[in-house]
Amino acid sequence: MAVCIAVIAKENYPLYIRSVPTQNELKFHYTVHTSLDVVEEKISAVGKAMADQRELYLGLLYPTEDYKVYGYVTNSKMFRKLHNSFTDVMCNPFYNPGDTIQSKAFDGMVSVMMVQAS
Amino acid sequence: MEAHEEKPIIYTMENKPIVTCAGDQSLFTSLYTSLAQQLPKEPMEWRRSYGRAPKMIHLEANFVQFKEELLPKDGNKALLTFPFLHIYWTDCCDTEVYKASVKEDMQRWQNILRLHSSVDWLIVVVESDAKKKNKTNILPRTSIVDKIRNDFCNKQSDRCVVLSDPLKESSRSQESWSSFLTKLRTLLLMSFTKNLGRFEDDMRTLREKRTEPGWSFCDYFMVQEELAFVFEMLQQFEDALVQYDELDALFTQYVLNFGAGDGANWLGSFCAPVRSWNGLLLRRPIDMEKRELIQRGEASLLDLRSYLFSRQCTLLIFLQRPWEVTLRALELLHNCVQELRLLEVSVVPGALDCWVFLSCLEVLHRIEGCCDRSQLEANCSHTVGLWTYATEKLKSLGYLCGLVAENGPTSEDLNRTVDLLAGLGTERPETVNSMQSPYKKLKEALSSVEAFEKHYLELSHAAVEMYRAIGRMRSARLVGKSLAEFYMRKGDPERAEGFLEESLRLYVAEGWSLQVTHTRKQMAECQKLLRQTDDYLQTSALLAGDANLNQEERTHFCQEILSFASQPPGPSDQTVALSMAAFAQLRQLQFSPPGAVVHVGAALQLELRVRCLMPVAVHVGQLAATLHFSLEQGGARGRAGSSQRRPGQGPQGQGDGVVLFPQGSPLSGAGCSLTPALELYEMQDRSPSDSSLNSAGVVCKNVHLLLRRHDSNASLDTPTAGVLPAAVAVDDGAQMLRARDVTLQPGDNSILFTAPTGEPGSYTLRQLCGSVGRVQFVQSHIYPVVQYEVYSQEPQLTIEPLSDNLLAGIPQRVKFTIATGHYSIKKGDALQLSNTDSMPILHSSRCSATILSSTGGQLPSPHEHMGERALSIQSSEKVTSISLPPTPPYHTLEFQLEVLCHIPPAPLKLDSERLTNGEVRHRSKSRSHADSAMIHIDQKVSIDCPWSIYSTLISLTFYVPFKAKHTLLSAGRRKYIQVCLQNVSDSNFHLADPVLVERQPTTTVELLSLNAKRQQLVCSQQSLFCLWEMRWAKDLPPCLQCEFSASFVPISALDPPAAFKTYRYEFQLDRVSTLYSVKAEICPASGDKHCRTGTLCGLEVSITRQAEPSETEGEEEESTEIEGLKTTKLMYEVVDNSSNWAVCGKSSGVVSMPVAPSATHRVQMEVMPLFAGHLPFPNIKVFKYLPHSAAQVIQPDTDSCLENDNLSLLDKGLDDQGDTASIRSRGSVHSVGSGEQQREQQRGLPMPRLEPFSPGQVFNWTQGRQVLVLPATDDHVMEVNVT
Repeated sequence: MAVCIAVIAKENYPLYIRSVPTQNELKFHYTVHTSLDVVEEKISAVGKAMADQRELYLGLLYPTEDYKVYGYVTNSKMFRKLHNSFTDVMCNPFYNPGDTIQSKAFDGMVSVMMVQAS
Repeated sequence: MEAHEEKPIIYTMENKPIVTCAGDQSLFTSLYTSLAQQLPKEPMEWRRSYGRAPKMIHLEANFVQFKEELLPKDGNKALLTFPFLHIYWTDCCDTEVYKASVKEDMQRWQNILRLHSSVDWLIVVVESDAKKKNKTNILPRTSIVDKIRNDFCNKQSDRCVVLSDPLKESSRSQESWSSFLTKLRTLLLMSFTKNLGRFEDDMRTLREKRTEPGWSFCDYFMVQEELAFVFEMLQQFEDALVQYDELDALFTQYVLNFGAGDGANWLGSFCAPVRSWNGLLLRRPIDMEKRELIQRGEASLLDLRSYLFSRQCTLLIFLQRPWEVTLRALELLHNCVQELRLLEVSVVPGALDCWVFLSCLEVLHRIEGCCDRSQLEANCSHTVGLWTYATEKLKSLGYLCGLVAENGPTSEDLNRTVDLLAGLGTERPETVNSMQSPYKKLKEALSSVEAFEKHYLELSHAAVEMYRAIGRMRSARLVGKSLAEFYMRKGDPERAEGFLEESLRLYVAEGWSLQVTHTRKQMAECQKLLRQTDDYLQTSALLAGDANLNQEERTHFCQEILSFASQPPGPSDQTVALSMAAFAQLRQLQFSPPGAVVHVGAALQLELRVRCLMPVAVHVGQLAATLHFSLEQGGARGRAGSSQRRPGQGPQGQGDGVVLFPQGSPLSGAGCSLTPALELYEMQDRSPSDSSLNSAGVVCKNVHLLLRRHDSNASLDTPTAGVLPAAVAVDDGAQMLRARDVTLQPGDNSILFTAPTGEPGSYTLRQLCGSVGRVQFVQSHIYPVVQYEVYSQEPQLTIEPLSDNLLAGIPQRVKFTIATGHYSIKKGDALQLSNTDSMPILHSSRCSATILSSTGGQLPSPHEHMGERALSIQSSEKVTSISLPPTPPYHTLEFQLEVLCHIPPAPLKLDSERLTNGEVRHRSKSRSHADSAMIHIDQKVSIDCPWSIYSTLISLTFYVPFKAKHTLLSAGRRKYIQVCLQNVSDSNFHLADPVLVERQPTTTVELLSLNAKRQQLVCSQQSLFCLWEMRWAKDLPPCLQCEFSASFVPISALDPPAAFKTYRYEFQLDRVSTLYSVKAEICPASGDKHCRTGTLCGLEVSITRQAEPSETEGEEEESTEIEGLKTTKLMYEVVDNSSNWAVCGKSSGVVSMPVAPSATHRVQMEVMPLFAGHLPFPNIKVFKYLPHSAAQVIQPDTDSCLENDNLSLLDKGLDDQGDTASIRSRGSVHSVGSGEQQREQQRGLPMPRLEPFSPGQVFNWTQGRQVLVLPATDDHVMEVNVT
């Protein structure tokens, strides 16, 4: 299960970020932000190698002692759900692309995917 | 034996599979060198079980002397010490000797092997010529081999090989070697396959028992590792690694299961408290100490993991995959920490940090040891993680041991340090002599504050450098921030500042608000220590408005600003300018009046809605907006005047006068501002001569935005940017909007400004500045542009009709509107209207004026009623003077006057000019109104206004409500005049007393009215017809001048009935008397009573002269004399436009009418009715036929023939005096008259022409007559075909 889920805009700012234990929020933000380094690296590597552009899974980005940060998808169907939900958000005519995501449906989907904080 | 087993001979992986040698030891010794060299030379294919891919393998062997002890006893599954092949060497060639000793020896050897059920053996018989020569009683070579085969190799003849002359360089010898080696390899591989296969099966069986209570992971570990060792021995590192990875995975799974509550008993030994944390040891191929611990089941989790990883590491390095080592190392370290946590192993605080730190450095050293510098630099991305991890761990150790505190470690800290160092144990022998060993580093770093700092900084900087080198800026910044925290702890804010600033800039630029807040808080602390007042205040302002902080923190930062602001400024202190963005956001600005366009001196208010971001109410001493004043637009507007301004269209372009300021959220705003969208347009460069394309390109229009340095972009947001730009400097001289003593509450506030409107021009809001004590919050740009305009207006007079159309002939009300503009109407000012005869001004004493104040804007109710004043109007002969009541500037004065426009007698002639008083010429034009056919009169009024020396000309358009039309009607010789009067206006009228008189009355003509009613209602768009009969005694005058007049009065429900006015219509009638009458008769075919369709009928047309042409008429009618008889030529034509009749034969012709009364000409024609029923007679038209003066035959030129066939045909026919054929198109006759005339004029050629008679000159008796046509009798045959 995930402890933190973030959707990042291509300009590297968070469209959506949510984590489970509130006290660690800042740390998660730092971790997610730092792992963007690896995302950039991987994306540019994909561009160079002209690899399969449809391969959206970036894999393990940034292992830390406590958590592992995966890019785009984990080995479960978790991300597909997230992606579908994200697509729904984008299809909302009242959503302005680039704004932070405030959709309740998306929030609900993320909640399902997260570790339930006891 | 015991000792041997306890201490296996494996220390290095220099091991090779053991092959025992029995028999002749000296013989073997002589061959050993060659054998050891030759064996690995050629690879063999190793086919393997379980579908594993076959491998080419170079075999080596460790040849040892055969001893019984070497053979494994039952249960000993050690593979490394397992002899895979047993060789018996002999060079015996003597049968006797064989029988005597060798056979026996072999027998014993075989027995031992059989005892240990070892079937992998080989007997080598070495033959040498030299030996043979020495002996005399030699049996043939084969015999001894055969004997051996016979004795030992039961059905396994290949177990005995011959090696011939092995020490000689002959081809035979080489051949022999080759076949021997092949045999040897084959047998070795067979042995491997068999023994390893058996081993693996045993191993699997053991693994399957793992759920049984007594199962031990350590035992199993040893077994599988044995396999790994063998693979490694065979240089199959990949396979060896697989064994360790399997063990790794198995162990990991057990730990995870334990975490999930499914614990295995054997895991208990791994849960022992961690007592040693001396890190990984990767310098030995096999760490025997740890291995023994595992073997004894005494290993801790860290021991097991360390050993396992050291083996994996060794194999990976053999496989030349050092970067995988670093990746796995990081994973391992993370994993170990997690596993210890999961197994709830008690660990001394900091012990794991030590272990991780040492391990990281050990891995890095190991990697450095096997890679060169360039390789290392190219693969920073693989090692940097370990560097960072080590740095983090050292940092946390430093914090734990009080090495980062400003005051140094406490005694408690020191105790802790001692405990930690104790767990490191002694340094391992491998690194004792190394100066830079991880062990020494850690010991040193923990020894003193200074040493710690040195090592920590060294590591941090190395990590930062590496991150920079590989472009991982975020990671570099994160390490940098960690450094900053360290410096702050050390009380060194100067060094911390740079790192914080870098990080903050990144977070702001990428819009990560939590990081921004966190870093900003650190920054504030740093700036406070550095006494950077301005920056600190700016940061505080940002933090005070930061929604990520709680109320308490925000209030704290807000108080920091307020307490500074309230301090009395020192002599050298200046006010501190801070960015407004942190303090408050502009939300919207509303103009009142909303148009934001006012006249000079008018009141204009601006309501500014500001969202104050401060957590508490802030008292602002002054809130001011500087204004930029420019003349340009305001001047232009003043000249344009107010009437041309569209209401509701202010400079802001919005009707409601509201300017909304864009509210990007701080996140997305920052994100978007990073990359403004490219604005590209295509550019094509064409050659000027032939416009071919020289070059094409794309030009970026907003380069200045895109290539701007990002640093300066966010200068106001990042408080460390230092001095604010010069533009912020508040300009005192400019005009300002000011609000004093405003208290801004948290959230939205509304502030009202009164805008200066002293001078006409355009005012643009530039900067906004709020002063709180010594602190000024400045917004240097206001976007979108907010501006308002002040205009100066010229006075203006307009006159508009009250109704849609002004009607001529009836008194009409018009509205005078005076917009005073900047002029103030004083007592005695008057409008002077020049009187005109055609449009008198009807004024009454009860005339009053209304004064409205235009409040300068476009409010829904724009005018405020100021009151009514009486107007005094005096008329003299030439001038009507209207005295105006005093009116202040920018007001509107309205009053109404009644005017009357006389209708000129119709028909009006174009461009009739009306002279008024001689001074001004009013030109009233009348034209036909296009759609409603109304005649209108443009009436111009000249007015002298008090504010101008020039006269104002104002045009009013009046419409004539009636249109009259006359018609001359005939009945035989009797004549009637019909006048049709059409009401073309939208009003209803009463008409009375229609009178028709001759303008120059003659006694000969009498006009007898046939109209009954005196007064009649004529509604809008309706007509009234009046009829008079003409009677005359003698002759009719050729020309009759008539005047029709009727009285009219508009019918209105509101107004009392007004007096009748007279409408006049003048017209002239020419050629009134009837010259000819035409009569036609249709006779049915002979014998028939009625006409029938399809049957020819006779048409008899008789033209009778009614009167002799008078003198004047005779001029027009050409008469010729033929044989003494005076005749006039007429042309007749029978036309049936409704296609009821077919005219057969000729349809037209020319007749000569004798100039005698009642002269009659009859023409017979044949027509055929096409339909049954009452058919109207065909039309019979009569024209004057005027032959050309010179009665000569004109041959029309061929051109005209070609041009107009019809006409030339007709021309020819007419010239020949012949009758035109009925094929001639009927329509062409109409064009003949005019067309020929034109042609005659054009060409100057004499041609005959046709001229129509005036209405009334020809009277048609048969007009409107009908004849009954019966259907043909038997033309109703219906054909029906049945198929």
